Amino acid sequence: MLAGPNIALLVVFTYRPLLQSFYLSTLQWNLGSPTAIPVGLANYGDFFADPGTPRMLAVTAIFTLATVGGGMVLGLLLAVLLNRKLRFRGAARTIVVAPYVLSGVAVGLLWLFVFDPNFGVLSALLRAVGIGSPDWYTDPQWALVMVIIVYLWKNVGYVALIYLAGLQAVPRDLLEAASLDGASPLRSFVSVVLPLLGPTTFFLSITTLLTSLQSFDIIRAMTNGGPLEGTTTMMYSIYLEGFAAGRAGYSSAIATILFLVLFVITVVQLRFVERKVHYA
Amino acid sequence: MSGVGTSGVGTSGVGTSGVGVIVDPAPPRRGSRPAVGGYLTMALAVAVMVLPLVWMALASFKGMDELYRLPIQWLPDSLAPTNYVTAAQSVPFGMFFVNSAITTVLGAGLKMLLGLMTAYALVFVDIPFRRFFFYVVVCALLVPQQIVLIPNYALVAQLDWLNTYQGMIVPGLASAFGTFLFRQHFLTLPRSILEAAELDGAGHWRRLWRFVVPLSGPTIAAVGLVSIVTEWNDYLWPLLVIDRPEMMTLPVGLTLLMNFDGIPDWGVIMAGTVLVTVPVLAVFFLLQRRIVAGLVTGAVTG
Repeated sequence: MLAGPNIALLVVFTYRPLLQSFYLSTLQWNLGSPTAIPVGLANYGDFFADPGTPRMLAVTAIFTLATVGGGMVLGLLLAVLLNRKLRFRGAARTIVVAPYVLSGVAVGLLWLFVFDPNFGVLSALLRAVGIGSPDWYTDPQWALVMVIIVYLWKNVGYVALIYLAGLQAVPRDLLEAASLDGASPLRSFVSVVLPLLGPTTFFLSITTLLTSLQSFDIIRAMTNGGPLEGTTTMMYSIYLEGFAAGRAGYSSAIATILFLVLFVITVVQLRFVERKVHYA
Repeated sequence: MSGVGTSGVGTSGVGTSGVGVIVDPAPPRRGSRPAVGGYLTMALAVAVMVLPLVWMALASFKGMDELYRLPIQWLPDSLAPTNYVTAAQSVPFGMFFVNSAITTVLGAGLKMLLGLMTAYALVFVDIPFRRFFFYVVVCALLVPQQIVLIPNYALVAQLDWLNTYQGMIVPGLASAFGTFLFRQHFLTLPRSILEAAELDGAGHWRRLWRFVVPLSGPTIAAVGLVSIVTEWNDYLWPLLVIDRPEMMTLPVGLTLLMNFDGIPDWGVIMAGTVLVTVPVLAVFFLLQRRIVAGLVTGAVTG
């Protein structure tokens, strides 16, 4: 049967591990160890009792809000700009999207050098305008800002591209009508274009949220979760606990919590949108 | 060279003047004033995207003394490929390249094949529980990679697939995204052609390859290119299942150039990043229309 292999692979490598992960989260088990001790919900208890957890959740929340929110706002502005009848806009569109196809590791290393506090191009620019460079490498807060900037640089082109497609589906006569009614360009953008972009915004909010919560390679290449765990997100902590510290059961518990959060957010978004977006 | 300056910091400066002007007011008057602001903003956005890449390319030709000179200099003293030679000597870049090429071609190719077959079955074959199977495929899109990480790693280790191509490729092979896009496209194909083919006695396999695939060129190209780019850049999974240098792919091997103890030789590291980014950038610039179409398709139909 034609669909068989694909469905089988999905079951073996997506649905089976999804269920198994719930089970693993109730074990005290080290990766590779032959023995596993059932501990019930103790891993979850440990997670919420860990003094580092609130901070890790805060880092995750800041990273997610900044990359998703910032990406959507900047992407929309870029799309509006690149939708104008300007010369070279085709070339500009291509260039803005280009970083999206690059390897996150390569992008991370390249920007790590841009951010070098002494010899990087950014510190030279900051010196030129009379301010010194922050300690991107050693200050946890600035390190978080650094990975957020790099994430946005890499991914904003994708958001811009999707918004651009949405903008081009806006019927011209609606805008002409608004303009005849004396609406300013800003006014017609807010009351005509923005609502029409509702479905696009919805699509982007879900997909960019999922991608942001799963982002790994930039953080790994630039900070490895540090300094002082200042860039350790939930995703990164799943990796560190599971594969660096070997605590597979504990790591599975974090993964399960992250999955539940994602699941709830997605369901809420779907509900919300079903009620709100109904003109398409 | 500090004149290139103002565009440095991240993305914060992009597009503040753009908002009001979306409307493309009917025929654009020649030389109208708002265009100047538009061009400036566009130039700024392009500079922010391009300058880091230029910095990378230039640094890949600089020696240690040039890299650590203050004030910083943009242009390298010479274009001798010293750093590329050093990079290739300290890690097996040739092997990384071969491994990346193998996993990309096999991974993306098989994924497409599975996606095509599944979408065909979901649209044109009267299988029982068709809707159910469709949901099985679509819901997989919502399962994040990190939750399947440890169980899949344990399974691959159990199968003795660590440090193998199949270990890298097989767990990621199932095509949910591709199947979804192909299905959306197949639904738009005229059924009459396939019915005619069926009357002529063509089986499903023949109908798929002789009639459906030739009618799906643009979708196949778009999905294929997006899959290729994804496979080429994949990092987390190969990082976990590979620890032998001779099996590493380019993104995984690249980090071997980082010397975490001493002062990093940025010139050599930048040479490595050039080697990883240039192939995919070249593919992107050559085929960007198709890739862009592939990225957008999911958004418009989703």
